[in-house]
Amino acid sequence: MGMTMTQKILAAHAGMESVKAGQFIEAELDIVLANDITGPPAIKEFARMGTGKVFDTDKVVLVPDHFTPNKDVKSAEQCKILREFASRQSIKHYFEVGQMGIEHALLPEKGLVVAGDAVIGADSHTCTYGALGAFATGIGSTDMAAGMATGRAWFKVPAGIKFSLIGKPGRWVSGKDVILHIIGMIGVDGALYKSMEFMGPGLEWLSMDDRFAMANMAIEAGAKNGIFAVDEKTTEYMRTHAYKGGSSFKRIQAFAPDSGAPYERSFEIDLSKIRPTVAFPHLPDNTRAIDDVGEVRIDQAVIGSCTNGRISDMRVAAEILKGRKVADGVRCIIFPGTQNIMLECVRLGYAEIFIEAGAVLSTPTCGPCLGGHMGILAAGERAISTTNRNFVGRMGHVDSEVYLASPAVAAASAVKGYIADPGSL
Amino acid sequence: MGKAFKYGDNVDTDVIIPARYLVTSDPEELAAHCMEDIDKDFAGTVRPGDIIVAGKNFGCGSSREHAPLAIKGAKVACVIAPTFARIFYRNAFNTGMPILESAEAAARIQAGDEVEADFATGLIRNITRGEQYQAEPFPPFISRLIESGGLAEYVSSQNGGAE
Repeated sequence: MGMTMTQKILAAHAGMESVKAGQFIEAELDIVLANDITGPPAIKEFARMGTGKVFDTDKVVLVPDHFTPNKDVKSAEQCKILREFASRQSIKHYFEVGQMGIEHALLPEKGLVVAGDAVIGADSHTCTYGALGAFATGIGSTDMAAGMATGRAWFKVPAGIKFSLIGKPGRWVSGKDVILHIIGMIGVDGALYKSMEFMGPGLEWLSMDDRFAMANMAIEAGAKNGIFAVDEKTTEYMRTHAYKGGSSFKRIQAFAPDSGAPYERSFEIDLSKIRPTVAFPHLPDNTRAIDDVGEVRIDQAVIGSCTNGRISDMRVAAEILKGRKVADGVRCIIFPGTQNIMLECVRLGYAEIFIEAGAVLSTPTCGPCLGGHMGILAAGERAISTTNRNFVGRMGHVDSEVYLASPAVAAASAVKGYIADPGSL
Repeated sequence: MGKAFKYGDNVDTDVIIPARYLVTSDPEELAAHCMEDIDKDFAGTVRPGDIIVAGKNFGCGSSREHAPLAIKGAKVACVIAPTFARIFYRNAFNTGMPILESAEAAARIQAGDEVEADFATGLIRNITRGEQYQAEPFPPFISRLIESGGLAEYVSSQNGGAE
């Protein structure tokens, strides 16, 4: 009957010949992740579990990225708990402010996750690593604690939905537009409990950064995980982001779906037909093609996050902002995903372009995306944002609004002062 | 037995407990802001034993365990919905926050109805309307987790007790 990519990875990590949808299994984990919000409760639960030590000091990753640099005293205390635990447990991959990045931009960049891995993270966007051909899923703090203690987690094997990608996307269409289009099509619970598996000839036109953005938002369709077939681009990415001295490279294994894989539903997505896409408030599935947006004035444009804070996102923002100015009355906040991406922005001259355009360039942080800090909205304000959620009150006041889009659309909108098609500039 | 609070589809974790309050994981502190961005009167009016009834995909969004903890801190007896977002579903069992899946109960129960739910049997009784509904049974694996008292206890029992 065959298995999906996800099912094959889960079977391999459960030491089983095969698994099928609906089956409960326990799987060995390659990486267990938490941040400054979810880490402290996990550490508290971990103490109750009785192992004393984490299962592997090389496979637990702790990243203080949400409310850092510490936004207030309580956040500072949370980060301190994380830091002291990392030190006490000799965790190898604890990333302090100055080395850190937004976790889902950071881990692939550091080569900590590779194709074929099984990863859990106490952050819903852990599904980002599916871009590498890994099984990666978000869980809560207690599951994370159990993962740290035992190196294992229980899963209900998910059924799969297949997305066959064909065609070449247009000039201003990115992975973000593709995933917003798909979420708009299937709904915010369209993949509930399931895997979204991406494959097909259209992959050729999607960079790794495009794929990270797409896998990142699988959770916004309710999915357990999103995963991409491994190709030359994946292999090249892993080669150039090797984790020196670590074990991850010995783990690389590409799992292709079986020819008779039991996909519950299948969609063919023609990338050439997708337009730049915007999700209106207050759900990511409330999407419209840019041509149907109308004039929506904005107060703030946010470019960055675990969805779109990578170097190609910075590049497209720089292309659009070069020689232009952010419109009067608009605050444009750009935050690269990692220290390394920030450094690239400086070296490649993007930093200068952003600042000359009148944008602010921020240190890596999850802050603005979840209404934490560094760009909170007041009542009645409206933001265009390259982040992943536009729920009620997500970026600040309960009466503010978030419109989700690609970096190209956000940058074009910053220039125009209303939501704009980058092709219209 | 308690009074039902009723909400629509896709109640997300950002409205259950807004991120601005995630600087603590203490259930009582979180409870003071529970449901604040969808129903600012909730925290002030909810009484121990009350029930939340909602539409499909309850708890979508972030993985924050603070969401079930906030509801638990508000001493809500049970959340009833046709479906739950998967991370919330796991977190609820792991933190001991009872949830029941029932499309019928979610549709029939109205705000303010007096409702009683038996978590063990999945039987939901609507006292106000004189109706009862049977929730979906839990998979055996989940039942074992519940019987152990939660995931921490389950892992601990396999490791010979807490440190």
